[in-house]
Amino acid sequence: MIIGKISRISGPVVHARGMEGIKIRDLVRVGELGLVGEVIEVKGDYVAIQVYEETDGLQVGEPVKSDGKPFLAELGPGLLGMIYDGIQRPLEAIRDQTGSFIARGATGDPLDRTKRWHFVPTARRGEHVSHGDVIGWVQETPAIQHRILVPEGVSGKIVTIAEGDYTLDEPVAELDTGQQLFMKQLWPIRRPRPIVQKIAAGVPLITGQRIFDVFFPVAKGGSAIVPGPFGSGKTVTQQALAKWSDADIVVYIGCGERGNEMTEVLTEFPHLEDPRTGQPLMHRTVLIANTSNMPVAARETSIYTGITIAEYYRDMGYDVALMADSTSRWAEALREISGRLEEMPGEEGYPPYLASRIAEFYERAGRVICLGRDKRSGSVTVIGAVSPPGGDFSEPVTQNSLRIAGAFWGLDARLAYSRHFPAINWLTSYSLYLDALQDWYTQNAGPDFLEMRRELLEILQKEEELKKIVQLVGRESLSEPDKLLLDIARTIRDDFLRQNAFHEIDAYCPLKKQYYMMKAILMFYKACQDMLSQISYEEIRKLPGWEHLSKMRYTPNDQTESFFPKFIEELSAVSQEAVA
Amino acid sequence: MSAALYAKAHRTITEIKGPLVFLQSVPGVRYGERVTLVDSAGNKKSGQVLEVGEHAIVVQVFEGSDGLDKKGTTVFFSGDVVKLGLSEDMLGRVLDGSGNPRDGLGEIFPEVERPITGSPLNPVCRQQPFEYIETGISAIDLMNTLVKGQKLPIFTGAGLPANRVAVQIARQVIRQSKEELIVVFAGMGITSREYNYFYKEFQDSGALANSVLFLNLADDPTIERILTPRLALTTAEYFAFDKGRDVLVILTDMLNYANALREISSAREEIPGRRGYPGYLYTDLATNYERAGIIQGQKGSVTQLPIVTMPNDDITHPVIDLTGYITEGQIILSRELDRKGFYPPINPLPSLSRLMNLGIGKGKTREDHRQVQDQLYALYAQGKELEKLTAIIGSAGLGETERKIVRFVERFESEFINQGEIPRTIRESLELAWDLLSEIPRTELRRVEDKYIDQYWRGARP
Ligand SMILES: Nc1ncnc2c1ncn2[C@@H]1O[C@H](COP(=O)(O)OP(=O)(O)OP(=O)(O)O)[C@@H](O)[C@H]1O
Ligand SMILES: [Mg+2]
Repeated sequence: MIIGKISRISGPVVHARGMEGIKIRDLVRVGELGLVGEVIEVKGDYVAIQVYEETDGLQVGEPVKSDGKPFLAELGPGLLGMIYDGIQRPLEAIRDQTGSFIARGATGDPLDRTKRWHFVPTARRGEHVSHGDVIGWVQETPAIQHRILVPEGVSGKIVTIAEGDYTLDEPVAELDTGQQLFMKQLWPIRRPRPIVQKIAAGVPLITGQRIFDVFFPVAKGGSAIVPGPFGSGKTVTQQALAKWSDADIVVYIGCGERGNEMTEVLTEFPHLEDPRTGQPLMHRTVLIANTSNMPVAARETSIYTGITIAEYYRDMGYDVALMADSTSRWAEALREISGRLEEMPGEEGYPPYLASRIAEFYERAGRVICLGRDKRSGSVTVIGAVSPPGGDFSEPVTQNSLRIAGAFWGLDARLAYSRHFPAINWLTSYSLYLDALQDWYTQNAGPDFLEMRRELLEILQKEEELKKIVQLVGRESLSEPDKLLLDIARTIRDDFLRQNAFHEIDAYCPLKKQYYMMKAILMFYKACQDMLSQISYEEIRKLPGWEHLSKMRYTPNDQTESFFPKFIEELSAVSQEAVA
Repeated sequence: MSAALYAKAHRTITEIKGPLVFLQSVPGVRYGERVTLVDSAGNKKSGQVLEVGEHAIVVQVFEGSDGLDKKGTTVFFSGDVVKLGLSEDMLGRVLDGSGNPRDGLGEIFPEVERPITGSPLNPVCRQQPFEYIETGISAIDLMNTLVKGQKLPIFTGAGLPANRVAVQIARQVIRQSKEELIVVFAGMGITSREYNYFYKEFQDSGALANSVLFLNLADDPTIERILTPRLALTTAEYFAFDKGRDVLVILTDMLNYANALREISSAREEIPGRRGYPGYLYTDLATNYERAGIIQGQKGSVTQLPIVTMPNDDITHPVIDLTGYITEGQIILSRELDRKGFYPPINPLPSLSRLMNLGIGKGKTREDHRQVQDQLYALYAQGKELEKLTAIIGSAGLGETERKIVRFVERFESEFINQGEIPRTIRESLELAWDLLSEIPRTELRRVEDKYIDQYWRGARP
């Protein structure tokens, strides 16, 4: 045990002296209250500590203690459905100790120690196991088997292993080395969990959101950023992805944002069904909530706590999606702490290591071959919200994230003002995963899926050019085919790209339905183009097809196959009638 | 503020700089503790410990350091953080920015004392807001509904009538609630003209009896403004969560609050962020704005209506920007509408109530509310674009439908938005909305379902 004394207190940063042997990143207990903190600087005799709780009332001379270990996340069955603060304290345990308002000094085991889990071995006695091997599983939730992995630094021949009900503190197996295996393990959050290797992305994270699945997909194991000014839809987007994307596990980090938004997740997720498994969404979700008014140092940590949990499920062979809302608040926490350390500031006051911190974080995303003999693969997809000051994307956090992320979903204040949601700008956003995902789309979404995508984008680009002309000379002076194009573009924007996250049907759009919707629009466009030689555009405008297209997204998802093929046929038939 | 026993007296001031006093370190001083400074003439000022080290202590003085001198000033450390004494007798009272009576009605005897910084509400204990508050203003009730437990700021510009809107809302919601609801008002750096306006309005409308006012005027100490919103919010939490009342907190002007924070930060020579504001402005504002909400299984709520002036009408100004990033939407006043003589000059396009969905619809307002709002938005946005276009190419370039939409914009602004001070019920607002929508061909109403069009639309059928 290393024991020193407080020498200075300045907000969330406390300095101490006399802590010989202490290392950077070691966990410490500060003051008589034993507030949790982490060493962030060691300079000669003195260390700087970021404290995860409010430091009001601390005095110079109070003790600071450490056992020389870093902050460790606790990993094991029981994580799913939990809500933690930035240092993995269960918020429900904190409530039980301190009531509705969070007070200092609360503690709580991240995982329930009394609960018994039914362990089913898959490894046998006599088998040699080492880091990453699966020795058995626990049915953590109806849809998720929690695989029990051999932790780092442990290997040997199994001498005992047995099916049965165990608590997390009881060994489920023992090795010839004398080492015991538990269902729970610890991991230092700032160190990426090791893997065999990263592998190429080849499968998209299907989100049920048309603008992403069709236009700007993110690969499983990839990363995407969602920058946008306030109120443009970052959180709604992140929550939509947490609800509807086809990940096995979702880790949702509310990093320096609103309390009510976390409550919203807690209120809604237990009642929403995962469209693939029919299970409540909460059963696949882990929440980390360090809201804006909770201690700023724990906000900095929340990102690492979250991604460590994500990697842990990845290591079991799952596809994990992690949402961080907002990475800017994390960067600001870094800046605030750095300022208190009186470090040399870089751009906009952020510390010079901002770029490398952001890169290190996004680098923890990936599709990987996991450690372990069965060569299973898993993935962590990272989707980070960015909140640029003034909505100006040239600022350091956006720019540094842009350099790394594979998909850029730029939110646009003007679209949000006109209530076009999701307010993703289709002209400036991009995905670098398209080439890698091409085969997947062709095989699974339809051979002409990407071709249709291209056509839609082309129409929207053409619209942009025409709009400039309209602004000079007015719409009436355009040629008829151009007028038609403008109206089709509007249909694409209003009736395809727009997707109301709060509509009971439209909130989630299966890929097949997306396919048919594109097809219907393009089919109708083609038919109208053909008709132009025979009837006037005025008459084309009056076709009922326009209105039908505007309603198709409300077709119940389970009627996709029964509705659309006929709908598309009728659309073209009606158009032919109009000519006749 | 609470009386405290000042056990430790010290005369070790080494430097006085702006609102900061630097002392030689003395043992036993706690970070964040409240101090009292007494100058040689016997004048008292209050302050708070900002930093403690082995050699030095930094104290911020709320009333400013004017009149303090290094030699003659004594510093008393209270051993406790800054607290506010609370009691139901605060209703009807006017207090200064530090919480002392300024209405001459005598001292208030506290029932409890609470640290003014408050504690974060545990997200698992929050109740998701679910009930709307009728302000009587169509541009809010129909377009950007205020919900109990929400924090919804008003972004205003110099000379725009934000205060009038705020007072109108306060009056209306107290009346609507049959005096169940109370208002806690915090004025930071407001002029005495504004103060007289508020006081008179609160008094004349009878709202004062259901209100607590904290006032820091323009010529009061600037640093005191750091305390004022916290005092108001501590009071609000007391009435909401101890006494089960619905509380509306009006904070005006949070720009002045942020400027006080900037003053301290620059005196401490901290690395400035945008426009000189400290890097922790977001966190600091959030610790105030997040003190709104409802607790599960408990009566009472805190709703916040902060008012923030946009310097030069600049919505990207850091204080505005960060406020927008923390609050649950914003109501934006428009100079253009104000110039046209419209009141309240609320520009619905950039305004937003993020919790609106939770408070409206069937059984709350009306089943068509969401879609009507959506449709009004779409038409107004489109119409404003068309207006710009007309300015360039003239209205001859517009089609017939487009002309109707431009006409819609005119009526929307001059009738729907420009309602004056006469409150409308939500039903009246919806009726007026359908009246406007009925001039638009039904095929253009793409955001409303047929069943509502059939029920409410009164336009000519083709
Ligand atoms: N897909 C959507 N469907 C319907 N409404 C949406 C959608 N996206 C955003 N909105 C609307 O926009 C509002 C603001 O969205 P959101 O809270 O996600 O913004 P944000 O970008 O996270 O803002 P901040 O940075 O302040 O947190 C929502 O409350 C909702 O009204
Ligand atoms: Mg958000």
